[in-house]
Amino acid sequence: MSVDFFLTQTLNGLSFGGLLFLLASGFTLVFGLMRIVNLAHGAFYLVGGYIGFTTLLVTGNFWLAALVGAVAVAVLGTFVERVLLRPIRGQDMPEVLLTIGVAFVLGDLSLAIWGGDPVQLPIPGYLSGGVDLGVVSYPRFRIFVAVLGVAVGVALWFLQHRTRVGAIVRAGVDDREMIAALGVNIRLVFTGVFLFGAFLAGLSGVIGGTFLSLVPGADIEILLFALVVVILGGLGSLPGAAIGSALVGLIDSFARALVPELSFFTLFAPMAIVLVLRPHGLLGRR
Amino acid sequence: MTGRTTSRRRRGKKGNTPGRARVSPILVFGALFGVVAFACSPPGGDVAQPGGGGEDDVIKAGLIAPLTGVAAAPGNDMVDGWNLYFKLNGTQFAGKKIETVTEDTAGDPATALNKTEQLLGRTGSDFIVGPALASSGLAIAGQISRQGVPFFLPVVSADDLTQRGRLPGVVRIAGWSSSQTTHAFGQWAYDQGYRRVVTLCTDYAFGHESCGGFVNTFTDAGGKVVKQLWQPLGTQDFGTYVAQIREADPDAVFVLTVGAESPRFVKAWSDFGLKNKIPLLGGETTLDQSLLRGMGGEATGLTSIGHFVEGRDSPATQRFVEAYQKEYGKLPSYYAAAMYTAAQWITQAIKEVGGDVSNTDAFLKAIRGVQLEDSALGPIRLDEYDNPVQNVYLRKVEKRDDGKLWNVPEQTFPQVSQFWKYEPQEFLDHPVYGREYQGNGVWPEPRK
Repeated sequence: MSVDFFLTQTLNGLSFGGLLFLLASGFTLVFGLMRIVNLAHGAFYLVGGYIGFTTLLVTGNFWLAALVGAVAVAVLGTFVERVLLRPIRGQDMPEVLLTIGVAFVLGDLSLAIWGGDPVQLPIPGYLSGGVDLGVVSYPRFRIFVAVLGVAVGVALWFLQHRTRVGAIVRAGVDDREMIAALGVNIRLVFTGVFLFGAFLAGLSGVIGGTFLSLVPGADIEILLFALVVVILGGLGSLPGAAIGSALVGLIDSFARALVPELSFFTLFAPMAIVLVLRPHGLLGRR
Repeated sequence: MTGRTTSRRRRGKKGNTPGRARVSPILVFGALFGVVAFACSPPGGDVAQPGGGGEDDVIKAGLIAPLTGVAAAPGNDMVDGWNLYFKLNGTQFAGKKIETVTEDTAGDPATALNKTEQLLGRTGSDFIVGPALASSGLAIAGQISRQGVPFFLPVVSADDLTQRGRLPGVVRIAGWSSSQTTHAFGQWAYDQGYRRVVTLCTDYAFGHESCGGFVNTFTDAGGKVVKQLWQPLGTQDFGTYVAQIREADPDAVFVLTVGAESPRFVKAWSDFGLKNKIPLLGGETTLDQSLLRGMGGEATGLTSIGHFVEGRDSPATQRFVEAYQKEYGKLPSYYAAAMYTAAQWITQAIKEVGGDVSNTDAFLKAIRGVQLEDSALGPIRLDEYDNPVQNVYLRKVEKRDDGKLWNVPEQTFPQVSQFWKYEPQEFLDHPVYGREYQGNGVWPEPRK
């Protein structure tokens, strides 16, 4: 295995992992606090990407597109949480089924609005092209995605551990009723976290829409990866999502190169093993 | 942790659910597989128009295509192409009115079977045309053939439907077989001086067959395939494959991607800086117009092979392209061109039999006798095995004055048969191209 090959596959894995983290962090936060497995998270990703795409066509500004895509999905997420999910709070099955329903509705609406042809978002000129890493040249944008994943991870950690809001969220994860009894408006916290998770999903849609393309069905494809990430890392755990993202990205990248016939096996086998040995994931709490 | 007490207390109301966090992974996966399974069963297709009076004056066309689901884009292009022909030429032919009933397969073979049953039974279709995906086409071909209803396949390209697995009444009008175009491509690649080639193709029948056509003629000419990569259908990230191609450093690379894979691959190819370093030889679906619509500058200048090229400078093609653009605001894909040409083909045969399609044998004879001097696809007629003999084009992506991308022909291989230059019977003695059999190096000696 040459250095060139090893370096490229590692970077491939880390950049894909960066994208997965953007998506999975919101997913895992929502689960940790609200115990909702939001299967509409993939649809949030897709819709965010599509809205970003349209914004980009109109304005030509990538960062504005990323912002609009993320904010629009945050608004959508707020609606889903406040109007649809609130009446059935605490009931596993109805919650999961509702999020599946939302995923279908969003998927079909996207097909009706944006059609079925795959679309890709153009990236700003200064982020395109390659970076010379000595032995090999690697696409600049993909390095940016990996860096963005790390940056968001650090920011989230800081938010959770160094701010009052983060403290409330952490306390909410541990004991929702106690924190409500202490006078914190837990409903507002729920909405806030759901909104934030949706925001990250929308943002990841815009980022992912640049090097993976947006197409009906991409929502379920990416959701599958996000689920493996959070189950591997531990549902509800941010550091778990970070480790899970990097692992899944790297496994996917190397497995496809080294044992292409087994690339799905190598993705799911670690998850199955982890589930057997640690049913709550690597860093999940009981 | 304390969360557990909370959960337990909340759970208390409902009783016996074990630990929530524990259930969830299983619940999640169960639900997800539910999603996938459910995604495959679509809502009902278009409601068939009740026959009403004047049945004798109506010819019923059953059109089956994926209008929802992952193949919705090509499916809708198909319907648009078919409808465009009747918008431009009316629906009256030889005193009969052609009435089209459209059903949605959602890209799922089981659904395709059900919808076909409806088209055959309740609707009483005189013939069936479609679908997009080989999986659906193979699922319904036997069913339709047994009923003695003609089945036309302008899009499904599975080699064996007109080779080793022919069925009575199943005719590939205005269609193509997967390896038909790539046979020409392999020979061309060798003629360009390429000697070491890597292939990257989607790991399912269409990819195996397309790749096999290329590998077979290329190695037969004396070229060497140094590496064959197979990416799973629907691959998200092509970085891994592009890196492997770079490492192998071939003279050229043959790539066959489908659907959303195509823009993903082309983007990765350009991002990794290989675009102008290693010549890229794309399959038809890698750079079809349906995918160029979503691509940008990274696609310009790329080369591919195909049996349709929207920039072909001929009145038949340009009339179609302009009408399509006027009607739907976009340039037509090969799916649209194939269905448009199929409509032209079928109506010509209907005219020849004086509007009487009840005699299936006579109708099929007329279908097989159709020769289009020029069509949207170019000059085209059927061979003895019910697959078209037609032009294959070497295409190049160009940016038009209006900013849209399209393919223009660089070179035309006139009147190519599905058997290329091989003797049909000898060709058919070999197995169909698959992952295990790419014809490489052992052609034309039959393999045991």
